[in-house]
Formats: sequence, structure tokens, C-alpha cells
Amino acid sequence: MDLHNLNPSSLKSRFTTRFLRALTEINARKPIASSSSPREIFQRYRRIKDAADTSMAYSVRSRRTWSKATLWRLRTPSHRRRLASFGRRSSLNKTRTTTTASHRGAVVVQITSRGGGLGVQLEELRELVPGGEAMDLCNLLDETAHYIKCLTTQVQVMRTIANLYSLE
Amino acid sequence: MSSRRSRSRQSSSSRITDDQIYDLVSKLHQLLPELRSRNSDKVSAAKVLQETCNYIRSLHKEVDDLSERLSELLATTDSAQAAIIRSLLMQ
Repeated sequence: MDLHNLNPSSLKSRFTTRFLRALTEINARKPIASSSSPREIFQRYRRIKDAADTSMAYSVRSRRTWSKATLWRLRTPSHRRRLASFGRRSSLNKTRTTTTASHRGAVVVQITSRGGGLGVQLEELRELVPGGEAMDLCNLLDETAHYIKCLTTQVQVMRTIANLYSLE
Repeated sequence: MSSRRSRSRQSSSSRITDDQIYDLVSKLHQLLPELRSRNSDKVSAAKVLQETCNYIRSLHKEVDDLSERLSELLATTDSAQAAIIRSLLMQ
């Protein structure tokens, strides 16, 4: 991947900039001890992962349901999230979600046995894509495509940064 | 737009046609790395969805592994070296 010829307005470049900035903050916030306890490493891992997800969610140009759901999930503490799930069984509890209106009041459509038993895979997909529980089928598939595209970009950039950091 | 609250699953509304769904599914199919090599015009929607779920899961796992690797690297990398790397990337 050639980083020096990045189109400055591309998703990859926006994400890279944000993510590097976040990494700098994480680095600065905690002084790097030469012997980090496993707990510190775990906390840093969580911060880096959340920073990566947040950076990507912010970097998408058109606000997508999955990006909004990601930001909401990362900013809202879990006890408030449980309250907000009133009327909708949260997928955090691993139970089947009922259909409710999404926050925009769109009609929610449930597919049962259309196309020969798509139900199970759709359920899985809804759990995997952030905000997937409240989307209808068309939007879900559309958001999934966009989500996959952004995830691959995220992985590419993170891998490059990690490779650069491990150069001696 | 009306909002419906239902406890049981209902069949889809008539607004979404099968063709639309097939188009979206095949668009998804183009993105998946494994199925692209197998050139088949008609793939079952269930297979595409299954592959999609597996692919998303593997991407999540990669993000986790890379985050872990980065957290360990951040702990050991010299700060001057990190500054050099950052300046290279931010040209």
C-alpha cells in the first residue's frame, strides 16, 4: 500500500489522520513504562481499538446508520444504553430482537422464510453490523456493503501502521 | 411513515421486490474475497449472507489482533522513532 500518494480526501487518508492523532493522544496520556503490566496493556488495547472504531465512524462522509450506532455505542455508558433499549430487546443480551421503529420512525420489515430460509443468516448479520437490529432488509444489505468496505480500509491502515512501528 | 411494533415476525411489505434484493445481494457478493474467484452467476443468497457474516467476523478479529499488536508496540517503541514515523506518514 503506497501511503505517500494518498488522495487527501479519501476515506483511507481521513481515517489515517484521525487514527494517528488518537494514537498520539493515547501515547501521551499514559507514560510508557518499560515494564507494562498486562492490565495496562489490556487497557491500552481497548483504547486503541475504540479509537480505531471511532476514527472510522467519524471518517465516513455520509452519516450511515452503522457509523452512528458505533459512535453511540462507544460514547454511551452501558447502564444508559440498557435504559435506552426500552421497547427493544437489546442484542447485548443475546436474545431475539423484536421489531420497533428506528429512531427515525421508519417502517421496520422482518423477513421470515423469504428466499428459502434466510432468517438465520439475517439474524447473524444484524448482530454483526452495528445498528443492524432496526434496519429493514434493503438498508441492512446496503449498510453491510459499506461497513465491509470501511472495515477493510481500517484493517489495511492498522496493519501498515503496525508494520511501520515494528521496524527496527 | 407508519411505525409498527410487532412481537411476531411478519412477511415483508410488497415495496421490496425480489429483484432489488437479488441486486443488493450480488453487490455484496462482489465484495467478498473468497467467492470472487469462483465465477458463478447464480449464488444462493443464503451462501452469500453466510460468507458475509464469516468475513465480517474475521475482519473484527483482525482489528482486535492489530489493536493488541499496536498496544504492545506502543509500549516498547522509542518516542523519537515514533515521531519520525508519524512525520513520514503525514507528509
